[in-house]
Amino acid sequence: MTSIVKFSLVAGVIATTGILTTGEAKAAVSTEAAFVFNTFSFLVHGVLVMLMAAGFAMLESGLVRAKNTAAICLKNIALYSLAGLMFYIVGYSLMYTGVDKGWIGSFEFLYNPAPTELTLLNADDANEAAANAAVLKDSAYASMSDWFFQMVFVATAASIVSGTLAERIKVWPFLIFVVVLTGIIYPIQGSWVWGAGWLSEMGFSDFAGSTLVHSTGGWAALAGAIVLGARKGKFSPNGQVNPMPGANLPLATLGTFILWFGWFGFNGGSQLALGSAADATAIAIVYVNTNLAAAAGVVVAMVMTQLMFKKMDLTLCLNGAIGGLVAITAGPDLQQHAWAIVIGGIGGALVVIAVPLVDKMKIDDVVGAISAHLVCGIWGTLAVGIFGSGSLVTQFIGIGAIGAFVFLTSLVLWLILKATIGIRVDEEEEMSGLDTSELGMEAYPEFGRGSQML
Amino acid sequence: MKLITAIVKPFKLDDVREAMTEIGIEGMTVTEVKGFGRQKGHAEVYRGAEYTISFLPKVRIDIAVDDGKSEKVVEAITVAANTGKIGDGKIFVQELAQAVRIRTGESGTEAL
Repeated sequence: MTSIVKFSLVAGVIATTGILTTGEAKAAVSTEAAFVFNTFSFLVHGVLVMLMAAGFAMLESGLVRAKNTAAICLKNIALYSLAGLMFYIVGYSLMYTGVDKGWIGSFEFLYNPAPTELTLLNADDANEAAANAAVLKDSAYASMSDWFFQMVFVATAASIVSGTLAERIKVWPFLIFVVVLTGIIYPIQGSWVWGAGWLSEMGFSDFAGSTLVHSTGGWAALAGAIVLGARKGKFSPNGQVNPMPGANLPLATLGTFILWFGWFGFNGGSQLALGSAADATAIAIVYVNTNLAAAAGVVVAMVMTQLMFKKMDLTLCLNGAIGGLVAITAGPDLQQHAWAIVIGGIGGALVVIAVPLVDKMKIDDVVGAISAHLVCGIWGTLAVGIFGSGSLVTQFIGIGAIGAFVFLTSLVLWLILKATIGIRVDEEEEMSGLDTSELGMEAYPEFGRGSQML
Repeated sequence: MKLITAIVKPFKLDDVREAMTEIGIEGMTVTEVKGFGRQKGHAEVYRGAEYTISFLPKVRIDIAVDDGKSEKVVEAITVAANTGKIGDGKIFVQELAQAVRIRTGESGTEAL
């Protein structure tokens, strides 16, 4: 059952993109060669996406104040680790096995290689050929390569939550949230589309996860920010917004570049195959669209901040890159590259508009994750209905259904955590920084106190 | 003797030092300080939200001179540290009761 679902997923992607011509092209590559290339694509693109965890860690540690740097670093490596464990223990099966047009997969614990693959690995000379054929008949790629590729996406969704809630959340309750998000919430909504569930049946289209990954992280972050409240001093009673500038903008810039780099794996790998000329061509198109959208996001953010604030704002330009990337993620397979510039540029503009707007709503999003991932995720998913092959109505339904599910389940979970173990450090701990109060160490024990101190 | 304290813009420090060398002043003490005057800090924009930096970085220069040189020093600093824009700083002159050179034990104007 597992392999049939997975195989039909690949077949479905190929069919919907409509670029694979049958006959000659396919005959040129043997099934085994295609199996090898598909698996290679999953693994190498997955490794690129894995590095995005480092990108998020650097972006976030650059945008928090120095006294919270070690805590944000710990949260990032912890959430990546927990996401990987949870997706192995329960997540993958919940998302990909036995969904069958429904709304949830199966609760099978511990996802392991397919039986035919194990037979092949342990075969002797006499039955190796038969075992090999059985594997190739079952699936177009090694089963664990797909697990690996999908696992790193879960971690991305969890990373998004971390930045928004920085500088005032207790580490352990945050990690409990991550366990439920990566083990249960993310896989359930993911099953609706990528697990061949009810939304994919309706024709909802999200190539690499503008909605499934980025908006999901954004919704969970939004729910958390509402329950957690703003950092002390962020908003004055008279409604004034008091900026708390990040400690290390070069680090934030490096983080953004790493995310951009990893995104080629995120979007490119989401072609889910590299076994034919058509797949290779499609991946190349995806790479170019991804880069164009990010570049447009930066340039638009640069021009807009200059016009709106009289000076360019580096942090918003970094967010602009992310906004452009998130926006193109739902449809990076567009065959007209110019649209990628439009989609990414609008993503960059949305970020510059949304960041001050989120502030005005008294929602304290330390790194702009709600603006970049949620707002641009929604935009990118709608863009597929405008510029791509998807239906705008279906796109709306998908955004609404996943948004409602993730936001409400997250909200309930945050409220339970708040009522039981508490999610926020006390005022004095917040003032001295999470590094000392939660970790008992400092990120930069030998540095000066910086421009924000007298 | 007089103690002259000048609060100037940091980028004017080198100009002031040169001007002092030109008129034969042989020592000064420099401190990085923060403060505000009529300029009252300045506004910046971070991620779309305006905020005020209420204390601006300045450099404080302390120079001890004998009474005869005081006017000249004040004049030279006023010229060297002037940009004509708001925030150029101030000069304070006080009576100085005593000065001692630690190495030799000389005191008074001898120690300057």
